[in-house]
Amino acid sequence: MIEIQNLNAYYGNFHALKNINLTFEKNEVTALIGPSGCGKSTLLKTLNRMNDLIPDFSAKGLVSLDGEDIYGSMDVNALRRRVGMVFQKPNPFPMSIYDNIAYGPRCHGVRSRVLLDSIVERSLRSAALWEEAKDCLKKSALSLSGGQQQRLCVARALAVEPEVLLMDEPTSALDPISTAKIEDLIFELKRQYSVVIVTHNMQQATRVSDKTAFFLLGEAVEFDSTDRLFSAPHDKRTEDYITGRFG
Amino acid sequence: MDTRFDQSLQTLSDELIRMGALCEDAITAALRALLENDAHAVQTAAFLEEEINRKERDIEQLCMQLLLRYHPVASDLRNISCALKMIADMERIGDQALDIATLAGQFPLLSALAHTEIAAMAQHTMKMVRQSIDAFVRRDLQTARSVIAYDDVVDALFLEVKRGIIQMIQSESDSSEAAADLLMIAKYLERIGDHAVNIAERVAFSISGVQEE
Repeated sequence: MIEIQNLNAYYGNFHALKNINLTFEKNEVTALIGPSGCGKSTLLKTLNRMNDLIPDFSAKGLVSLDGEDIYGSMDVNALRRRVGMVFQKPNPFPMSIYDNIAYGPRCHGVRSRVLLDSIVERSLRSAALWEEAKDCLKKSALSLSGGQQQRLCVARALAVEPEVLLMDEPTSALDPISTAKIEDLIFELKRQYSVVIVTHNMQQATRVSDKTAFFLLGEAVEFDSTDRLFSAPHDKRTEDYITGRFG
Repeated sequence: MDTRFDQSLQTLSDELIRMGALCEDAITAALRALLENDAHAVQTAAFLEEEINRKERDIEQLCMQLLLRYHPVASDLRNISCALKMIADMERIGDQALDIATLAGQFPLLSALAHTEIAAMAQHTMKMVRQSIDAFVRRDLQTARSVIAYDDVVDALFLEVKRGIIQMIQSESDSSEAAADLLMIAKYLERIGDHAVNIAERVAFSISGVQEE
C-alpha cells in the first residue's frame, strides 16, 4: 500500500503538486486523470523517485510504501525494484527478448541460468506475451510490434517482482487491439499488484480502474471509486473536465 | 458555442417534451371518451398511443446514438439513462390511456362517480405527468420531489373511488359490469400516477446523482 500525506512537489519555484493526500491500496487499480500539466505524471514519478533525476526537483511531505518513508533511508534501487514503471512509449533495450527480461534480475544479482529461465517465462506469461515470444526469445526485442514491445516492458517490470506497478499512459501509442490486451493485462495484474495508471483516455480509466483521482493545477480535486466519480462526481471541476466542458 | 453533443442533448430534451405532451393528450382523450361518451375520442387515444410508441422508438434510437458516439459520463450519462427509463414509463401511460378510452367506449359510463372522483383522478395524474417531464427539462429537483409526494393524493382518490364503486354495486345490482369497468379505469389512472412517480424518481437521480428512497 502506498500512502501519500501532505505531499508538495516543486520544479524550482513552480509548485507542481499541492498538498496531496491519497492512498493506493493493494490489489487495486487507481487511475490518475486530468489535463496536461496538472501534476499526474509528476505524482507517478514521485512514487518511485524518478523525479530525483530532474534538476531543481524537490518534494516535501510523506510518501510511504507499506509504512516505510520512500524519501527516508530507503535505498532508491530497492524502491524501484518494489515499484516498477511502464512508460508511454515502449522502450525495450536493444537486446534480445530474453535479455530484456533478465536484465533486472541480473542487476539484483541473479546468476543462475535455470532461475533466470524461470523468471523470463513467468514474467512473459504474466504479461500475456509468452505464447507469442516463447519460440523467439533470442530475437531482438526491437523486432516485436509496438503492442508486443509494451507487453515486454510490462514483463520486464514484473521480472523483479515489484509490489506496485506504475503505468504512464501505457497504451497511448498502441492500436485498439494491443490496447485491449494491455487493459486485460492490467485487470489480471491487480490480483498480485497495486497498479497506478496515468491516462488521458477517460473510457480506459472507467474500464480498468477501481478508483480514480482527478488532478487540476497540481491539486487532487477529487478521489473516489471510479464508478462514482464518472457517474456522479462531487466537484463541479471534475464534472466539467470529464464531460468535456472544461474551461 | 454549444457542441454537437450539447445540441443533441437539447434535441433529446425537446423530444421528451413532445412525448410528454402526447401522453397528456392521450389522457385527455381517454377522459373525453369516459365523460362525453365520444367515439371519436377513442380513435384519438388509439392514434396517440401509436404516436407515443413511435416517439419511444425514435428517442431510444437517439439515446443509443448519444451513448455510442459520445460515451457520456457524469450528469450527461445520468440524463440519458433517465431518458431511457422515462420513455418506457411514458409508453405505458399511452397504453393505459388507450385502455381507459377503450373501456369507456364500450359502455356509456355516465355515473356520477366518473364525473367527480375519476375526473379528478385524471386531472391529478395529468398534472403529475406534466410536472415530472417539466422537472426533467428544467432540472428542477423540487418539482420532481413534489410529484413523488403527490402520489399519495391520487392513491387516496383511488380508495375513495373504490368505496364509491362498492356502494354502487350494493345499491344498483344491474350496474355491476359498468362498476367493474369503472374500477379498472380508476386503477389505470392510479397506475399512470405511479408511472409519473417513476419518471420523477429517475429525474431526481439524474439531477442529484443520489438514489432517492
